[in-house]
Parts: sequence; structure tokens; C-alpha cells
Amino acid sequence: MPTANRLVLAHIWTAFAAFGVAIVLGLWQMWVRSPLAAPLSSAENYFISVTAHGSAMAYVLTTFFIMGFGYFVAESALKTPLPYRGLGWFGFILGILGTVLVVATVLTGKATVMFTFYPPLTATPWFYLGLVMVVVGSWVWCALMLVAMARWKKTHPGQAVPLAMYATTANAVLWLWTTIGVAAELLLVVIPAAFGWTRAVDVGLTRTLFSWTLHAIVYFWLIPAYIAFYTMAPQAAGGRLFSDTMARISFILFLLCGLPVGLHHLFMDPEHSSGFKMVQMMLTVLVAVPTLLTVFTVTASLETAGRLNGGRGLLGWVAALPWKRPMVLATGLSFFMLWFGGFGGLINMSYGMNAMVHNTSWVTAHFHMIFGGSVVIMYFAIAYEIWPQLTGRSPTSLALQRAQLWLWAVGMMVLSLPWHWLGLQGQWRRVAHFDYSDPAIAWWAPWMIASLIGGAMLVVSAAMFIGNLITFHLKLQAAPPVRPMHYAVALHPGARLPSALNGFTLWNVFVLILMAAAYTYPIVQSFIINPPHAVVHRVDRAQ
Amino acid sequence: MAVDEISTVRSERIWTYAMVAVAAVMLVAIVHAGIAQHFGTPSNSIETVDPNTLHLAGEFVSENLGTRVGLDGKITTRVVTTQFAFAPDCVVVPQHMQVTLRAASPDVLHGLMIMGTNVNTMVVPGYVSQVHTVFDKTGEMLMPCHEFCGLGHSQMVARVRVVPLEDFQPDEQGRVSCADR
Ligand SMILES: [Cu+2]
Ligand SMILES: [Cu+2]
Repeated sequence: MPTANRLVLAHIWTAFAAFGVAIVLGLWQMWVRSPLAAPLSSAENYFISVTAHGSAMAYVLTTFFIMGFGYFVAESALKTPLPYRGLGWFGFILGILGTVLVVATVLTGKATVMFTFYPPLTATPWFYLGLVMVVVGSWVWCALMLVAMARWKKTHPGQAVPLAMYATTANAVLWLWTTIGVAAELLLVVIPAAFGWTRAVDVGLTRTLFSWTLHAIVYFWLIPAYIAFYTMAPQAAGGRLFSDTMARISFILFLLCGLPVGLHHLFMDPEHSSGFKMVQMMLTVLVAVPTLLTVFTVTASLETAGRLNGGRGLLGWVAALPWKRPMVLATGLSFFMLWFGGFGGLINMSYGMNAMVHNTSWVTAHFHMIFGGSVVIMYFAIAYEIWPQLTGRSPTSLALQRAQLWLWAVGMMVLSLPWHWLGLQGQWRRVAHFDYSDPAIAWWAPWMIASLIGGAMLVVSAAMFIGNLITFHLKLQAAPPVRPMHYAVALHPGARLPSALNGFTLWNVFVLILMAAAYTYPIVQSFIINPPHAVVHRVDRAQ
Repeated sequence: MAVDEISTVRSERIWTYAMVAVAAVMLVAIVHAGIAQHFGTPSNSIETVDPNTLHLAGEFVSENLGTRVGLDGKITTRVVTTQFAFAPDCVVVPQHMQVTLRAASPDVLHGLMIMGTNVNTMVVPGYVSQVHTVFDKTGEMLMPCHEFCGLGHSQMVARVRVVPLEDFQPDEQGRVSCADR
């Protein structure tokens, strides 16, 4: 069978190459902000670095990883070749060209606007066009996932789409909805301003459109981790998936609840009334539900495995789990970080309480913990799981893989716990340097250094990770036969699945209704009150 | 291992109800805090202001910035956030009194917070941001810009001086400024 392995490898290596560069920038940024003197320290270099770090981690690492993993799942779960593989390469090349444009414009200082843009600050149009190309490349991926699932259903009438593929397609659907907001912001407002066709922009409108994307994009990033929780971790642990139905419901809830909640990023903004902020806060509370369901189903699946291994008593099954397997270990570490990250998230979404932490280091620490910690550690585990399939070789050392995962989790705690604390004490965000001679700030110094040490641990872990993957490609030893990819099967398979849980038509109608209710007025409001526009401030040429 | 399908479904159902209940309790707590205890978000009513003419007319002209006690006795502190400074860069407020902070931007996006308090808002060009607060402790606090507004963003820090009520002495126009002391 011809496979898309090269396509998968091209995508995921691009993702991890961007990650490898961005993490070094991240460490340098922490160094600059710390009381220790850092080389090349200047405000301009700092903000170039922050823009590059954010764009690489949030757009390149995630999008390319998710696309590559999706192509892998489409073939391995459906057990059929990927349709239109050539189009997959087309999407890839589009994404690469877009990435090159982004890198070139950011590094030359023509696009120092952060990965969240902040109009009326305006970069060179080529920066935004580069990002649009990455997004369009990912839309090709979305289409291919939808086609792959639809074709499989046609040839397997009445059968349940394998969970891993169902969830991957859910993510493609989510991503199509998610990107509408940022695409509208860039194409209708920001890019025309960047080309100089408009002189002023409606800042409130751009923030509202970006908020459409801003929460759901995080779910786009974390769904691969959840796919691993449901379909890979129980298998690696030697058990079964506790419930296939429950898993599908969770993915559907991510699709429904992840989108109509973006206004929670604008709680502290003046362009929306407290009423709409509160409505979206209420929907945000629901977002916790699918994660809590996942915690239950995955824990129950692992318990099944532990008990099959002979674990007894209330918690004996935990000790009986095969923690030596990287996938099981990563799942445990990811869950541990998820508790901290989830708690932080609850504070952020709590309406009034948001004032305590908005735009402080708490927020930065929160998303490093939940994305960099809980999610990226699962990207590592997925790579370790699928690399033998992609290269036909087994790993040289599981111990090195485990050490890398441990170092990542510990490093993330050391990095982000002091950071959370400083944020709670009022350390504000996006600052190139602090005045440590100010007595209000002087006490931060040891906390900043502790956090910097965490950053250094993460860089070492990242280097180990890349090294671990490279060993698969070096022909160091004869490759023992690799077993074909197996996703966890349900404890009680065979139950007939309602067709609603085997497709997305119904859920798309629900998303449409929810998004219309959540966003029609906040967007239309801009045209009703017609606020004064703000003059474009270019960052790509001297004022 | 004996886990039959019925007990699987039952345990799932119990967990789902429990988690929905947890979410409902959080929701009630947040709404209660927001509505009954006024622990809410800034700028409840949407007010617009033209960033291009801010300095020429209206409440944000330079003579009107800083802290001012109105004829009705209400205390309002107005600041303008610009690339890359606050105007004024120091404000005086009285302890234990309700203070209304109003902010606007003539250029790009900014944000402000007062360290050690829950005063926190974005300042979006085109709109007026407003926060009500009471300062409990006297002393000087930092009020940094917390949103990226350009390469000079890191320098953008103002000060808030909270003084005991007896030291809060407005002039004839009701103004109090840091320069007076
Ligand atoms: Cu969010
Ligand atoms: Cu600023």
C-alpha cells in the first residue's frame, strides 16, 4: 500500500524544527527579563523574539503537527490510503512558503506586532499574507480529512468511523469554524490597512473578530492530545477504552463549547457591554465539562488496564500500570499538569476575578502550563508512538524517552509556578525589561531566576527530544519488525451507534445557531454605534 | 475483570451529572459575585471617543487630566495612555473613597493595571475605559501599561499615590496633583 508517510514526516519535522528554534528564543526572552545580564538585549530584539516565538509555537508547531498527525490517523485508523495525497503536498508547500514569509518579515523587524497582531499597529502586508497561506494550507488538510471520512463511510455503510478518525475530523470541522474570525480580521481589516488602502481601523471590531478564533484555536491545538488520551494511552497501558460513546460526546462538546466563548478574552475591554460578556462567560463554564468527562473516561480506561495487570485495591491499579511506556508516562504527567492548568483557567474565565490576573504573568504561565505542558508533552508521546510506524524502526532507548518526558514536566513546573505567583502579585506582561532597582519589583529577582532555570530545563528536554527522534532515522541497528498501529478498542464494542455520533451535520447546525447567538450582536454592534476609527501605526517603517 | 456494560453506563451517567452540577455551582458563584457583589468587568456602558481629537476638546484635554473632585463631590481620575507614557504619569487619590478611573488612548491599544489592586482594563482607541474602585491602603503603587503598544512599551509605567483623606486637598478647581506635594 502506498502510504503518506513522507507527507506525515515532512509536516511533523517542520513542526518540531520550528519548535526547536522557538524554544531557544523563549529561553533568551526569560533571560532578558531576568535580573541577569543577557547578550543582545534590546527592546527591539526582545519584541522580534516574542513575535517569532509566539508565531512559531502557536501557528507553525501546532498547525503542521496537527496536519501531519491527521494524515497519519487517516491512513492508520481507516486502513486505506489517503485520498488526493498530491493535494496534501500542495497544502504543505503553501504552508512552508507562508512560514518563510513570516520568518523573513519578523526577523527583519518589519512585523513586530506579536502573533496576536494588535491593530492599529500594522506590519508589512507580507507578514499577514504569510499567515494566511499557512491557514489556507491547513484548510486543504481540513478538506482532505472530511473527504477521507466521507469515503470510508460510503464503503463501510452502517459502521462506526474509528474513534481516532472521528476525533481528527471533529478537529478539522472545528478548525474551519475557528479560522473564520481571524480570516475576516486579516482579509477585511488588517491586510487592506497594511497595503495602505485604508488609513484607519475599527479596533474594537478587530478585537471581536480575533476573539472568535482565540479560544477555539486552543482546542484545535489540544485535540491531538485528547486523541492520544482516548485511543493510544489505554492501548499502551494494556487495557481498553472505557467508553467509545462517551469519547465521541466529549469531542462533539469541544466543537460546540469551544467556539461561542471567545468574548471571555475581552472581559477587560471597553467595547462590549457586561451583558454579552456574561453570556459568553456562562458558555465558557460549560467548556470544563468535556475535559472533566475525559478525565473520567481516560482514568477508568487506565484503571481497567491496571487491574488487568493485577493491580488491587482502591489505588493498587495505579502502581500496576506500565509506567515504563512513554505514552503511559506522558499521559500521567499531562494529567498532573492539567489540574494546575485547569485551575488557572477557571480563575481566568471567572468574569470579575479576571481583573486580578488579566494581562499579568499569570496568563502567560497558565498557557505555558496547559499548552506547553499538558498538550506538547502529548505531542512528544504521539511522536514516540508513531515514529516506529513512519520509519520502520524501533527506538534505541525508551529510558531516554522517559527521561526527556520527565525533564519536560519538571521543567514546566519550575518555569510556570513562580511565573503564576509573580502574575498574581501584579507582574505585567510583554515587557522587555523590568527596573529591579524599584523596591516594588526588587523582590521578583529570585523568582525570575527560578523560572529561568525551568526554561533551561525545557531547552535541554527539547534537545533530547529532537535527538531521540533523529536516532530513528540513523541506521544504527537492524530494525526489528514493527507491529502495525493499533488504537484502543472499547470495553464494550458492538453497541449500535446513533448516526449523530458518526457524523457532524447535526453538530454543524448547532454550532451555527450558537455562533449566531454569541457573535451576531457583538460584531454588528460595531456598525450600529460606529465607533471612531484609529489611525494605522506602521511598525515596518520609521514614523 | 467484571465490568458489565450496564455498570459502565451507570458510572458514566453519575459522573456526568456530578460534573454538570459542579459547573452549575461555579456558574452561580460567578454570577452572584458579578451581579450581587459588583465584582464585575470594567466599562459597563459602552462610551466612544474620537482618538484623533481627544487632545483638542472634551474631557480628555490636558487641563482636565489627573484627579478631580466634581461639584457633586464625586472623585474622578482621568488618564490618557499614549506611546509611550501616561498623561499624567502620577496621580493622587484619597484612601477609603470611591474613585472613578477613566482612560482613553489617542493612538494605539494600551492597557493599565494598578499593582496590588483589582484595577485592570484595556484602553482601546475609540472607546472610554472606566473602572470604579476604593483604595484601602496608603502609599505609592505602580500603574504600568500591560498591553504591547510598540517598542517603548516597557518604559510605560505611571504611579498612583494613595493619601489619607485629610491630606487630600483639592484646589479651587477641584484638582489634586502629584506636583502639589
Ligand atoms: Cu479562551
Ligand atoms: Cu504598552
